[in-house]
Amino acid sequence: MTRMTTPLAPGAPAPDFTLPSAPGQTVSLRELRGRPVILAFYPADWSPVCGDQMALYNEILPEFKRYGAELLGISVDGVWCHKAFAEHRKLQFSLLADFEPKGAVARAYGVYRDGEGIAERALFVIDGDRTIRWSYVSPIDVNPGADGILRALDKLEPGPGSGAR
Amino acid sequence: MSPKGETGLLALPVGERDHTQGPGGNAPVTLVEYGDFECPHCRQAYPIVKEVRSRVGPRLRFVFRHFPLTQIHPHAQHAAEAAEAAGAQGAFWQMHDRLFERQFALEDENLIEYAVELGLDGDRVAGELAAHTHKARVREDFMSGVRSGVNGTPTFFINGARHDQSWAVDSLTAAVERAVAVET
Repeated sequence: MTRMTTPLAPGAPAPDFTLPSAPGQTVSLRELRGRPVILAFYPADWSPVCGDQMALYNEILPEFKRYGAELLGISVDGVWCHKAFAEHRKLQFSLLADFEPKGAVARAYGVYRDGEGIAERALFVIDGDRTIRWSYVSPIDVNPGADGILRALDKLEPGPGSGAR
Repeated sequence: MSPKGETGLLALPVGERDHTQGPGGNAPVTLVEYGDFECPHCRQAYPIVKEVRSRVGPRLRFVFRHFPLTQIHPHAQHAAEAAEAAGAQGAFWQMHDRLFERQFALEDENLIEYAVELGLDGDRVAGELAAHTHKARVREDFMSGVRSGVNGTPTFFINGARHDQSWAVDSLTAAVERAVAVET
């Protein structure tokens, strides 16, 4: 399996996107300007490792919020699939549907697996000026945890509205 | 690119605060489990860890830290606090074992009943659960796990590095034995 692209590296501007977050709703990266954003690309709803990864992030969400950070999960699944998955796992953050054109945002970030039609298990931490500050691609079957995300958030300049550290 | 070195390293070294089984700090290998008493996978891992300990013997020190996934396991937080409450009376491991063996019944009244069965002061356990006496300790374990790259339950660390392979008894034993070989 050849990866056709490489993930965007720290220092690169984060490509803007607008994706459905729920039936009839969208989220745009530019709307979140001024706050750190965590993008968690993952291969698919319902697969066991992803479920654990999203369940883990759900548990750690209060910690992300202390940094004023917004967590967005992204996969190529459609909004109704995301809705059922999020309800089943009681997820308290948005899952974005990179569904049409399929995988376009994953491609823009260099984390689309062409042969399989899914996103890598990839993490990006983006600062309030929409610059990528940290990126990481995990082996697809290994849940990367949250330690790298928290270390990257630690290194961001504390901005207005971010939690005191 | 290996994930090791970038993620998955034990952030809080094993120390006096920890509940340990086996030899003290001079053991060549320390196995740390981050677990949740309501997690079915941790229930499966419970006899496996016992078996690994029995196979590896005194070269292995075992540490259990709490990682309750409270959004999906509504009883996990109180179960963890009950284990700490038992620990305050010198019976952490007895309660740890009891909770996994009775994972199907983890209501508060069950937790107190187990304490009494273990010969502990049940009223004291009940009082400490109600007062959340051990909540901060459980949270400290949890956050140390988050900072270490715990990625679900159970997550094991062998001499400080996350074990990303299977924790079936043979592969976990082999991984521990490899660490013994490196250290001795």
